Amino acid sequence: MPIVACKNIRKTYRQGDIEVHALRGVDLSVDKGGFIALAGPSGSGKTTLLNIIGGLDACDEGSILLDGDRVDQMTASKLADMRLHKIGFIFQAFNLIPVLSAEENVAYVMLLQGVPARECRERARSILDDVGLADKYGRRPHELSGGQQQRVAVARAIVSNPSIVLADEPTANLDSETGRGLLEMMREMNENKDVTFIFSTHDRMVMEHARRLVRLRDGQIVDDANHPVQ
Amino acid sequence: MHLQLAWRNLWRNTRRTAIILTAIVVGVWAMVFLGALMRGMADGMVRNAIDTLTGHIQIHREGYRSDPVIENRIDDPGRLIPIIENALPPDARWAARVRVNAVANNARHTAGITLVGIDPEAESAVSFIGRPAISQGRYLRPGDDNAVLAGRALVDDFETRLGHKLVLMSQDAQKEVASRAFRITGIFEAELEATEKGFLFVHKSTAQEMLRMGDAVSEIAVMLADRTSVASVADDVRSVLPDAFVVHTWRDLLPAITGYLDIFDGFMYLWRLIIFIAMGFGIVNTLLMAIFERMREFGLLKALGMKPWWIVRSVLTESLLLLVVGLSLGNFFSLLSVWALSKKGIDLSAFSAGTDLAGISRVVYPVLESRDLAAANLVVFALGLLISLYPAAKAARFTPVEAMAHT
Repeated sequence: MPIVACKNIRKTYRQGDIEVHALRGVDLSVDKGGFIALAGPSGSGKTTLLNIIGGLDACDEGSILLDGDRVDQMTASKLADMRLHKIGFIFQAFNLIPVLSAEENVAYVMLLQGVPARECRERARSILDDVGLADKYGRRPHELSGGQQQRVAVARAIVSNPSIVLADEPTANLDSETGRGLLEMMREMNENKDVTFIFSTHDRMVMEHARRLVRLRDGQIVDDANHPVQ
Repeated sequence: MHLQLAWRNLWRNTRRTAIILTAIVVGVWAMVFLGALMRGMADGMVRNAIDTLTGHIQIHREGYRSDPVIENRIDDPGRLIPIIENALPPDARWAARVRVNAVANNARHTAGITLVGIDPEAESAVSFIGRPAISQGRYLRPGDDNAVLAGRALVDDFETRLGHKLVLMSQDAQKEVASRAFRITGIFEAELEATEKGFLFVHKSTAQEMLRMGDAVSEIAVMLADRTSVASVADDVRSVLPDAFVVHTWRDLLPAITGYLDIFDGFMYLWRLIIFIAMGFGIVNTLLMAIFERMREFGLLKALGMKPWWIVRSVLTESLLLLVVGLSLGNFFSLLSVWALSKKGIDLSAFSAGTDLAGISRVVYPVLESRDLAAANLVVFALGLLISLYPAAKAARFTPVEAMAHT
C-alpha cells in the first residue's frame, strides 16, 4: 500500500477577479521509503501539492490518503494531530524557533507529542549527533550557519519517526556544497531509517539525488520517472 | 519548556516589554497605593467623627436624636449604667455626658456652641478631648468648678486667651435661662477647625448644677476596642435596655459619612477599572505587535502540529508572565510606598480649609486593607488575561499557509 495516494487533486486560488489554477487534476502515489523530488518552475504547483499532502492547505477537489487516512476529510484538529505524529516538515526558511536552542528546537515537537522531557532531551541529542551537530546542542539558530540550521530542521523532522518527511525547497538558501552535504545526509536517513522524503525543488542537485523525479508544469504532472541512483 | 519559551519570547524585544511592564507597575501602584491613601482619608474621616464625641455607640432617651433638648435627658443614669456595663465586652469604655446647645460670649464676641459636661477621666477613653489635645493650659481637674476648655479657633475668634473669662448661657431643666461665667483653663486643638469652634468642655457636675438637672445626663457614649463588632454589641445593649432608651451606632449617628463609605467601595472599583482600561490598551497593543512580528513562527508551529488551542495557551502564558511580573513589582512598590508613609503620613495642612470642609484629617496615613490589595490584583490579573484572549485568538485563527506567507 502506498504511503501517499493523491487522486485528481485540484486547487484554484483567487487573486481578486483572477482565478489561478494551481493544481489541475494531479494523481500521485508514493511508496514507503521513497526519495522523491517534485520539480518544476515557479508557479508549477509543487509547493501547493506538498502543502495539500501535508494538510497545511486544503484541495478543492480530489482525495488524499496518507498512511491510510483521508487527509482531505479531516478536521483542523485531526490535521494538527496528523502533522504532529506522522509528518516531518522542512521549509526553505524560518524553520526554527529563534528563542530555542538547537536541542530545544528538536525536542519541542516531542514535547508536544507528550514524550517525557528526559527522553526528549536524550533523543534530541542523539539525532543531533546523527546530523553532525554534536557540539551545537545549546546554540540558538542565529548562532548557526544556514546549513547547520537546515540540519537541525532535518533532525526535528525525523526525530519522532514520522511516516513521511515533506521538504519544501530545503536547499534553496544554501550554497551548493552545504546543500550537497544536507542531501547526502537525508539520503542516508532515507536508506538507514527507511524514512520517506518528498521534496519540492527546482534545484538540479536535488533532482539528481532523488530516486524518483516528478515534473510539474502549470498544475499538472508532465513527467514521472524513476531516477538512477547517484 | 512551554514556560521557558513564553519567558524568552517575552524578552525578545526588551524595550517593548520594559515599557508595558512599566505601565502595569505604575497602574498597579496607582491602584494599590493611591487606593490606600483614599482609604486612609476615608478612615481618617471616620476616626475623626467617632473621636469627636460620637464614639462607636451612643445611648439616648427616645426623642433626643430628633430634638436634642434638655427635656430629652436620661434622668437616672445610675440605674441604667450597670445594665449597660453588663452588656458590653470587658474592654469597652464608656462615658456619660451632658450635651446642650448654648451661647458663649465675652466682651467682644458671641457665638452658638455645644456645651459638653464631661467626666474628665472617663471621657479621655472615648473621645479626643482627654488625649493630648490640650495645646495650652491644662485638662480639667477635680474641683475645677468654673473651668472651661475652649478650642484654639474659638479662642482666636473671641480674641481671648488662657485665664480669661467666658460666659455661657443655656436653657435649664426648668426652662429658665441659665448663665454662668467660666475661666479658660485649657485650650485644645482638634483635627478639624469646626470642632475647635463648636465645643466647650466643663465638668459634668458643673453643667448639671448650672442646668439644674440633678444627676441627669444627655447621652452615654461607648468606645469599643474593635470597630467591627459595633453592630453586635449595639444589639446586645439594645436587648437589655428599657423601651424608653434608644441605641445608635456611629453609622446611625453619622449618616453622611456612612453614605460616603457606602459609595466609596463602588468608587474604588470604578477607579481600578479606569486605570485598567488605560493599561489594557497597552497590553493588547504590545501582544498584538509581538504576535504579528511572529506570525511566520506561529505558522511553523501549526505546521509542526500545534493545535489552535495550544497557540492560544502559549500567548496567554506570555501574558500571564507579563502580568505576574508587573503585579509583583507593582505590589512591591506599593507596599514600599505605604510603609514609607505609614509613620509620618502626608501632611495636608496647606489645604486645611478644604480638608476641614470634607472632614478629612490634616495628616493622611495610607490604610491598606487586604480586600483592596486583593481586588486590585484580581482586576489586573483577570481582566489582563481576558483581554489577552483577543490577540491570542488572532494568532490561532490563521491557517499555517496564511501565517507562513505573512510578511
